[in-house]
Amino acid sequence: MSDIKKIRDEYLIKLDNNLDTESVNQIKTQLFGKNGQISNSFKTLGSLPNDERKKFASDLNSIKDELQEKINTKLQEIEIKEINSKLENEKLDVTLPEREINQGKIHPVSQVIDEISSIFSEIGFSVEEGPDVENEHYNFTALNTPDNHPARDMHDTFYLDNNKEILLRTHTSPVQVRTMLNGKPPFKIIAPGRTYRSDSDQTHSPMFHQVEGLHIDKDINMGHLKGCLNYFIKSFFEIDKIKMRFRPSHFPFTEPSAEVDIGYELKDGKIVIGEGDKWLEILGCGMVHPNVLKNVNVNPHKYQGYAFGIGIDRLGMLKYGINDLRAFFETDYRWLNHFGFDPLDVPSNYRGLSR
Amino acid sequence: MKFTLSWLKEHLETKHKDSQIINKLTGVGLEVESFENISSDLDNFKVAKIINAEQHPNADRLRVCDVDIGQQNIVKVVCGAPNAKKGLLTVYAGPGSVIPKNNMKLTVSKIRGVTSYGMLCSESELKLSDESEGITELKPNKYSDKIGKNFFNNNTEKVVDLSITPNRPDCLGVRGIARDLAAAGAGKLKSISHKNIKKNGSQNIKVSITKDKNQGCTIFGSCLIKGVTNKESPKWLKEKMESLGQKPISAIVDITNYVMLDLNRPLHAYDADKIDKEIIVRNSKKGETFEALDNKEYKLEDGMCVISDQSGVLGLGGVIGGTRSGTEFKTKNILLESAYFIPRSIRKTSKLLNIDTDAKFRFERGIDPHSIEIGLLKASQLIEEICGGKISKFDIQKMKQYKNSEIKFNISLFEKITGFKVKENEIIKILNDLGFKVSKKKSVLNLKIPSWRPDISQPIDIVEEVVRIKGYENIETIEPEKNRLKDTLNKQQKLFHFLQRSVASKGYLETVTWSFTDSRINNFFKENLKEIKIVNPISSDLDVLRNSIFSNLAFYLKKNLDRGFKDISLFEIGPIFKNNQPGEQLTVIGAIKSGKISRLNWNEKDRPVDIFDVKKDLIQTLIEAGYDKRNFFIRDKSPTYYHPGKSGSVYLDKDDIDPVAYFGELHPNIVKKLDIKTEGIVCFEIYLEYLKDNKIKLKDQKSNFEYSDYQKSERDFAFIVDKNYKAQDLIEIISSIDKNLIRSIKIFDIYEGENIPDGKKSIALNVTIQSSEKTLEENDLEKINKLIISTVETKSGAKIRS
Repeated sequence: MSDIKKIRDEYLIKLDNNLDTESVNQIKTQLFGKNGQISNSFKTLGSLPNDERKKFASDLNSIKDELQEKINTKLQEIEIKEINSKLENEKLDVTLPEREINQGKIHPVSQVIDEISSIFSEIGFSVEEGPDVENEHYNFTALNTPDNHPARDMHDTFYLDNNKEILLRTHTSPVQVRTMLNGKPPFKIIAPGRTYRSDSDQTHSPMFHQVEGLHIDKDINMGHLKGCLNYFIKSFFEIDKIKMRFRPSHFPFTEPSAEVDIGYELKDGKIVIGEGDKWLEILGCGMVHPNVLKNVNVNPHKYQGYAFGIGIDRLGMLKYGINDLRAFFETDYRWLNHFGFDPLDVPSNYRGLSR
Repeated sequence: MKFTLSWLKEHLETKHKDSQIINKLTGVGLEVESFENISSDLDNFKVAKIINAEQHPNADRLRVCDVDIGQQNIVKVVCGAPNAKKGLLTVYAGPGSVIPKNNMKLTVSKIRGVTSYGMLCSESELKLSDESEGITELKPNKYSDKIGKNFFNNNTEKVVDLSITPNRPDCLGVRGIARDLAAAGAGKLKSISHKNIKKNGSQNIKVSITKDKNQGCTIFGSCLIKGVTNKESPKWLKEKMESLGQKPISAIVDITNYVMLDLNRPLHAYDADKIDKEIIVRNSKKGETFEALDNKEYKLEDGMCVISDQSGVLGLGGVIGGTRSGTEFKTKNILLESAYFIPRSIRKTSKLLNIDTDAKFRFERGIDPHSIEIGLLKASQLIEEICGGKISKFDIQKMKQYKNSEIKFNISLFEKITGFKVKENEIIKILNDLGFKVSKKKSVLNLKIPSWRPDISQPIDIVEEVVRIKGYENIETIEPEKNRLKDTLNKQQKLFHFLQRSVASKGYLETVTWSFTDSRINNFFKENLKEIKIVNPISSDLDVLRNSIFSNLAFYLKKNLDRGFKDISLFEIGPIFKNNQPGEQLTVIGAIKSGKISRLNWNEKDRPVDIFDVKKDLIQTLIEAGYDKRNFFIRDKSPTYYHPGKSGSVYLDKDDIDPVAYFGELHPNIVKKLDIKTEGIVCFEIYLEYLKDNKIKLKDQKSNFEYSDYQKSERDFAFIVDKNYKAQDLIEIISSIDKNLIRSIKIFDIYEGENIPDGKKSIALNVTIQSSEKTLEENDLEKINKLIISTVETKSGAKIRS
């Protein structure tokens, strides 16, 4: 008994030394090899008297387990140590740049259209579209703007034929006409899209974007119009305190007509929307003219409602501080990168319009 | 429409402050464009004399002038005007002045090396006239003792500029504006007082209006004023004209202009002695010509309304007069015209001849047909006062009687439209103030519309009158209801938004370009579509509607490459046009990619972009949009603007007739012609209209979840096939051998060259085999192996590579 205890103590001390795998394996052989000390001790079992044998066997087994455990632990320790020292040599310069990601972007006009759609969706509008190429009837005549009406001068029209019958739509209002002709009231739609006028300077571009709004039902009045636009403007600019002014104006297809100004001030040469003492015109609107309703087979004695038209690009310029309208359409890589939006930044009601 | 506040107050008795009047104007729908005190800015403009003018040492067309600006101050001014000569009296603007024409602020500046202190101004720069050839020339007799004095009279007139909407011709006269203000409670409209004038004798130049078809003139009123002395206008009248930026011409012309601006009643004065016997108002004949007061010769078409005499055309009625019968300072006898011309006729004529005048602007919007006499009265009275002469009786020829139209207005309509109530007697008062004659039957008003309001014809117009005078601020704000009639977006619109963001998420910058393009570039891409010309393009390089999205993308890609960018990914989603009728357009995504992948990258080797980059983006976009890749089919047909060997089309299903998308390398010839310089240029396009409605509901899109835990095996094969043999076909053959066992097929090598016969290639693929019922034994695998080899060899003519 004392022999094996001595072996145990001796080897436990040995194994506490700083050893490498090889030395541990040697110890393992010295103990458990064919002629190992523990192996040999087991061989003596048979020669022991019965009463001693049981006790000795039990002691020997527990010493064996203890030593084996110690050896395994030691081997694992060494392995981990070796791996760790190997890893020390694998150190990378983690400040090197990551693999490149091409960051795509959504154009501000698209982003603003999504924002607008999201806001009007909340108050029950659906989105309609119409063709970019229109005929003179849908673009003007059906909208109570007959030929020889001076209001036509306000639209510098691109024509596709010499008879001036086919043109590029000068506003999104023809979508009103198409929508009403193709359906039955009530109507509650917005129609964003491209519009065209032969005009080009810093604030005009031959192509731009508008969103048309139309709400026709039995009792929709100017109060609803005011409420709707008030709601839209506040939601869009994401400010609660914003001054709005409705003032009388004239469009052939609405009566009464109004233009809407919002308050702003100039701070360091930049326009700040809100409560300033200056006014900025942002949209035109009014009650749909009975003549227009008649033209699309809606009974103006039964149905009435409002329409509005807003310049999308201009809204985007105001909200995101973009100065030059023409830059929207010039595909300058730097501009697109600077003013574009992350494709995952989808405007929505529940998540908020902008990040 | 410009006017001064003092002029307004000739018609409006008011205690309102200027700022209140300005706010009221905007409030009733007469939008104030600007309101400024004109004197302060104009004090900087001095009468000056050029005392010496020398050639500029560095510029042929410039002169360096010594200018006497009074009080013994001589300044050097560089001037480019040909008439800048020694001794000339002119108008000098010092540094700090703001030039009225362009609002440019002057500073001391060096012009071609010579310092110039201020500027000598042309009449156009001072907004006195359109004269821009040379600097203003002042008459010595009047100005030689005024050197150094303010050129503009030092009045403190405040000028208002209104933007008048086309429906309100009545507000193109100061009185109309005053009437609106009075109705809105900003004062009281003064009544017009007339002195009696003595009328001597009859108007003995015969006037006739012919009964031509579509005769544009329906009333022609006139009177003769004999023995006048035309001269410069008196101070008050000159100042009135100048304060509005109009150049005084002569008393007679200024008076007619004054009456026009005051009452919105255009008039015309003829030198009666230049009229050949009689006035005939008739339609023009094609080819007739006349010289107009703008010194241009006009050639007329058939059917334009002209005022003529026996010798020919004197002027275009309501548009512009002619030089032949124009008044001069020596004019002794004048014929004054006050007529009514039909708006449609005026508009047609002026559009055809491209003439825009103050008279035309007013007549085309509609002049009060009842203002003929008041116009003659007011003007002839002023002429008599200023120029003397004897006024004849008025001669008024009428083809038509104009009666005030009447409408019935049910008061309840007001609240129905505006959402708020105004008391009946208040409505009546407003309408009375605006000039309506009102009588009442129960809740219905009988309204006689004032003759100066051609815009009013139905009850809704009355609602607008009352609500704008009452003020839009009285309209209540009704919170919007949140009920929805139908889905916000339909399927196609959802797809649009989804694809847009899907493509962007693959590293492409979205752009928005014109719907029109340069026909020369469009020709590369239009295929067999019709070219759609714009009749009046904004510029000659934007002359057609785009038949393809790539003309603009390629153009702008080049621009960005020229800016020094190399690796560019752009896309646009928008319309292309098949023909010039409404609706003949398609919505397309076009994407273009240039340069290299991994350029200047420390851990990856760079390579030019290739078609499998765009194919990956394209296929992944379609998958994300909900289409099943397993059904996709690729063909090598594509439009001619792609590289014929490196392009293809994608079908959602093998049996589909139309491809939904194309991808490939841009044709090298086009790249060359457009002078695009880059290592690689590839593109893809998706046609939204051809994408089938993915109608499966979300709950049905997910099939039952089935999986197998039995052992998978992988086997590699290499087949030698014809060089043109398609990998897609090989995959199709193998996968259809046993859809249950063959789980995936991956192509891991394509090889041509050594050990492969000419005209052949080797395709190496890895096939994953797994059963859902059991672990496959070696002989099962061997069986399927053999089956794969034999089927491929029979169906494709391929040989297994040993």
